[in-house]
Amino acid sequence: MIRIDCPFCGLRDHSEFSYGGDASINYPPLDAPAEQWHDAVFLRENIRGRQLETWQHTSGCRMWLNVERDTVSHEIFAVWPAHRGYGRVLHAEKENTE
Amino acid sequence: MKQYSAWKVFKNGLTGQKDWGRAWRDPEPKQAYDIVIVGGGLHGLATAFYLAKNHGLKNIAVLEKGWIGGGNAGRNTTIVRSNYMMPGNRQFYEHSLQLWEELSHELNYNVMFSQRAHVALFHSPGARDAYARRYNTMRLTGSDGELWGLEQLKNEIPHLNYNDARFPITGAAVQRRAGTARHDAVAWGYARAADQLGVDIIQNCEVTAVRRDGGRVHALQTSRGEIKAGKVGFAVAGNTTRLWQMADLGNLPIESHKLQAFVSEPLKPLLDHVVVFGVGGAHFYISQSDKGGMVFGGDLDWYKSYAQRGNLPIVQDTCEAAMSILPCLGRVRLLRHWSGVMDMTMDGSPFICKTPLKNLYLNAGWNYGGFKASPASGWYFADLIANDRPHEFIEHFSLDRFTRGVIIDERGAGPDPKLHG
Ligand SMILES: Cc1cc2nc3c(=O)[nH]c(=O)nc-3n(C[C@H](O)[C@H](O)[C@H](O)COP(=O)(O)OP(=O)(O)OC[C@H]3O[C@@H](n4cnc5c(N)ncnc54)[C@H](O)[C@@H]3O)c2cc1C
Ligand SMILES: [Zn+2]
Repeated sequence: MIRIDCPFCGLRDHSEFSYGGDASINYPPLDAPAEQWHDAVFLRENIRGRQLETWQHTSGCRMWLNVERDTVSHEIFAVWPAHRGYGRVLHAEKENTE
Repeated sequence: MKQYSAWKVFKNGLTGQKDWGRAWRDPEPKQAYDIVIVGGGLHGLATAFYLAKNHGLKNIAVLEKGWIGGGNAGRNTTIVRSNYMMPGNRQFYEHSLQLWEELSHELNYNVMFSQRAHVALFHSPGARDAYARRYNTMRLTGSDGELWGLEQLKNEIPHLNYNDARFPITGAAVQRRAGTARHDAVAWGYARAADQLGVDIIQNCEVTAVRRDGGRVHALQTSRGEIKAGKVGFAVAGNTTRLWQMADLGNLPIESHKLQAFVSEPLKPLLDHVVVFGVGGAHFYISQSDKGGMVFGGDLDWYKSYAQRGNLPIVQDTCEAAMSILPCLGRVRLLRHWSGVMDMTMDGSPFICKTPLKNLYLNAGWNYGGFKASPASGWYFADLIANDRPHEFIEHFSLDRFTRGVIIDERGAGPDPKLHG
């Protein structure tokens, strides 16, 4: 079982989460040429090793998270909120309590 | 005489089974071949066989990094069916099923193809209508398909849960010509038959780099030395992206995910059909092997992975599904479970196509339905490599279908590989 350290809820089994997908994709502007949208929607680097991905804590706080994970060993290296604003608030709160 | 026969089985029975001999050679790799197929799974081996058999070509090698049939070829739940509906898939899978029907004779090897019927349960009028459309399409295009009402289903398979299932069973869509085969035998049968036609099957030979000469592949660097190649075909299933990137070709519409399979302790005959259950996100399929083990599986592990080992939540999910339709399995012990790395695509359909490199051909994207496809996949991939143009049956299995907007999304799930079961 993979365990994910949710920044909001703490360490939880991955069965509480839903897998999103590749978090390294940069979606182009809406009026970008079709080829750029094709690449973003359909092509994947499909890394064997460390990759950035999104997970949602569906059976917990329901927040979207970014996770850095190894796709062979399944080891998790880092977890942080996908939404930058939440990330900043969380960071500020931690600093206040420390 | 290399041909297997009833007489040989009898004779070897008398001589202590000592005179069988090797089923295929174990040659040293040559420095150059006209055609090199990378990947000794079912698709690679079948391709080599049909290149030699259908097109009379010689000087062919199959390079396998481990042992043949050690990948998904030897890890699947062996279901063979042709109940695909979309144009592009329909005729391809139907041809594959026809090839299965003659495969043991074609290969002189018993692949134990058992047309025991594929019974897909339905649980709602909506599901019944969707199946009616699909199975009628099949019947109108040269295949077989039936809808069973509850009475007929109870007659055929009395021990499903008709009493208190959370989703009551209301009938089934059935393809009688579908069934199972012995996966190892298919790999060995193709290997032996290809070998007899002169194909070199080279195991423990991992391709580690692709040497390019401009717009062509010049040679493959392998763990057993450099091998020059006139034409190259990739058939490496879950490792397709890695080979593609070795050739410096960028990204593909493929993600590698893992799928598990399970087998129970052997039981006396219990289930004569392949039974499939899918409702509200659950997905489950089960059959009984000739040795008596209940062979079953469910969904992907849900996250991208190259690990050939499965996670525990899926063990639970799959066993729950088993209990919900076949409660009589409750006290049966699980013997083994394992997983394979699937080449999941953005629309759930495969690629048998040319590539940006002139002499490189791609066979990939089998999701978790590539076992049934093996004969036709080898047939048409060989045809593509030999003639350097796609047969009309595989025209749509191209990489550019996403740019052209002609995706073949049988499940209607959209561009998310993990959703294409
Ligand atoms: C658990 C499970 C259940 C399944 N159930 C079904 C089913 O019921 N029905 C169905 O139709 N399909 C099923 N499938 C799908 C089917 O097994 C696959 O789609 C099919 O086997 C893939 O083609 P293959 O046999 O050529 O792949 P593989 O056997 O995986 O062959 C690819 C080969 O390439 C080799 N390779 C990789 N990289 C290199 C390299 N660098 N150099 C040299 N060789 C390399 C690998 O070692 C491997 O042997 C299932 C799959 C799994 C895992
Ligand atoms: Zn949380």
